[in-house]
Amino acid sequence: MGQFIIFIKKELLHIWRDRRTLFILIWMPIVQILLYGFALTNEVKNSKIVIFDQARDEASRALSQQISSSRYFSLLKNVYSYEDVEATFKQGKIRLAVIFPRNFREELMHTNHAQVQLIADASDPNTANMLTNYASSIINDYQQSLNQNQAIPYTIRPQMRMLYNPELKGAYSFVPGVMALVFMLVCAMMTSIAIVKEKELGTMEVILVSPLKPFRIIIAKTIPYLLVSMINIACILLMSVYILDVPIVGNLALLIGESILFTITALSIGILISNFAKTQQTAMFTSMMGLFLPTLLFSGFLFPIENMPIPLQIISNIVPSKWYYIIVKSIMIKGLGLGSVWKETLILVGMTTFFLGVSIRKFKIRLA
Amino acid sequence: MQSVTVSHLIKNYPAGKKSVVEAVRDVSFSVDKGEIFGIIGPDGAGKTSIFRVLTTLLLAEGGKCTVDGLDVVKDYKEIRKRIGYMPGKFSLYQDLSVQENLEFFATIFNTTIEKNYDLIKDIYAQIEPFKERKAGQLSGGMKQKLALSCALIHKPTVLFLDEPTTGVDAVSRKEFWEMLHRLKTQGITILVSTPYMDEAGLCDRIALIQKGKILSVNTPKGITKEFKKPMWAVRSAEMFRLMNSILADPAVESCYPFGQYHHVVFHNAENEIQKLEQIIREGNFQNGEIKPVEPGIEDCFMALMKEQGTHG
Repeated sequence: MGQFIIFIKKELLHIWRDRRTLFILIWMPIVQILLYGFALTNEVKNSKIVIFDQARDEASRALSQQISSSRYFSLLKNVYSYEDVEATFKQGKIRLAVIFPRNFREELMHTNHAQVQLIADASDPNTANMLTNYASSIINDYQQSLNQNQAIPYTIRPQMRMLYNPELKGAYSFVPGVMALVFMLVCAMMTSIAIVKEKELGTMEVILVSPLKPFRIIIAKTIPYLLVSMINIACILLMSVYILDVPIVGNLALLIGESILFTITALSIGILISNFAKTQQTAMFTSMMGLFLPTLLFSGFLFPIENMPIPLQIISNIVPSKWYYIIVKSIMIKGLGLGSVWKETLILVGMTTFFLGVSIRKFKIRLA
Repeated sequence: MQSVTVSHLIKNYPAGKKSVVEAVRDVSFSVDKGEIFGIIGPDGAGKTSIFRVLTTLLLAEGGKCTVDGLDVVKDYKEIRKRIGYMPGKFSLYQDLSVQENLEFFATIFNTTIEKNYDLIKDIYAQIEPFKERKAGQLSGGMKQKLALSCALIHKPTVLFLDEPTTGVDAVSRKEFWEMLHRLKTQGITILVSTPYMDEAGLCDRIALIQKGKILSVNTPKGITKEFKKPMWAVRSAEMFRLMNSILADPAVESCYPFGQYHHVVFHNAENEIQKLEQIIREGNFQNGEIKPVEPGIEDCFMALMKEQGTHG
């Protein structure tokens, strides 16, 4: 036991005395969550539009007013010809153009049938789709406000309720995803250099010629970094609540517990990399590059896994961050308890045991 | 009782596809309990490879080695508890202080500094005033003392020191050897490797090694006794021309520079001094000097190397 404690103490001293690295380890996740939290978003906000109003009557103005005052759109300018509409699209300045025909109000009032043309820049199909949807729903609302006093037979009005995220904020799905990404990268990187560093410095040679068991070396190397990770967890949760405005609906203790479990998974992946890498550089590179893409692609927060081809869906199952993403979303956003995430939790526990087990089994008890 | 036995040890390293570097070729020797055994040879002779096999860090391609009667492959766990090892490269934690390093190594061997303080007292006392200092900021000599203290703190039965005096100043080297002799009185077997021939005389027995092969194993005296032919030291004002003139004589077996002199050996021990005088006279060398010398370890090493080179 004394062996174990002194080893942890030694590792803590290494971390504590290397202030620059410690600083990076604590700041990197904070910077990353801010960067990803604000930059990685597919939310549509303040998209630039132009309005070509040929009618210039009461109805078209009211509708224009409503469209440009919504938080999805911001009016770049009014244009007065189709050529202008096309020109602004070509300049890439706008995403959407709204065109009212001549006699908009008259047709609406007298024929009960008026048209509004929406032209969207579909070079980005998802955004184009979303923008036209938003615009259509604003138009629908306007139409209904007109119909309030008239009894129109047979109308079906869908009543929509956005559960868990009523304002449809992108941060709700991104924060859990970014948490998964940041913990995976930072924690794996921390431990990936832990063992290979001793190999490079030559201290492994002396450690090996001692009664220390591989099991103890590996666990003792993980624990100090777990402490650093816990600081990271605290920082990230505080930031998501106070800066990114994502509330923690579920049980905080459970969320922290699951986060600790996931950081242990990431730390053990790092240890595994460290076991096989020959230099600190390879270790760092493997943990950054080798984990970044799978985490980004297969966590499910950027690209829905259900839409992927079956082989990719199967591959996504071996990516730990996918399970953590599900857990965080369930606890943090939906407010569910352990009862709903026990399966994912067990998967993470299993993965951690596997990675640590392989690291201990494959720990090189000799130099070559 | 034999503390360390090495028989027919072979160690190869892969070098590209299908080719290997033969670092140790069929080496055998044994070390008695409580003796200082030196493995002496130039860089690349295979010293570190032998040490790493004996300290259970590398697996050999052939041969059988035991330490303390334990097999280095089968009983590696037990061996690791008993031996002390100081690698050639300084391998302590540079960002930990002197005291922290020592405490760490004491604890991982399940002991304490207090328990074995007597053993390291002489050595550690010299660096104790700097115990708060980081190991990375120590001088070369102090680093060696700390490394030795760390290797000794668990009272090992066999101590392996791989080139402990390389890169250490002359005074610290002398002190270091004095420490080893004090440790010997505690009954610790010491295996030490060095590229310095002048340190050979400080060992009880030595193995001369070159290109992975043992040239000779004997006491330092025994090795010099094996050298049967008389040896002469010659010098003059023009050393380089003198060497060429001596080597031009067919009666000369070898001639090489040694300090301020050339050491000369003849094929047959007759009229040597006359022959040398003749060379000096005919070559018109100024300040010529000729004297007989006792061959040292380095002379024996050169002779053995030459012998091995010609005979296989």
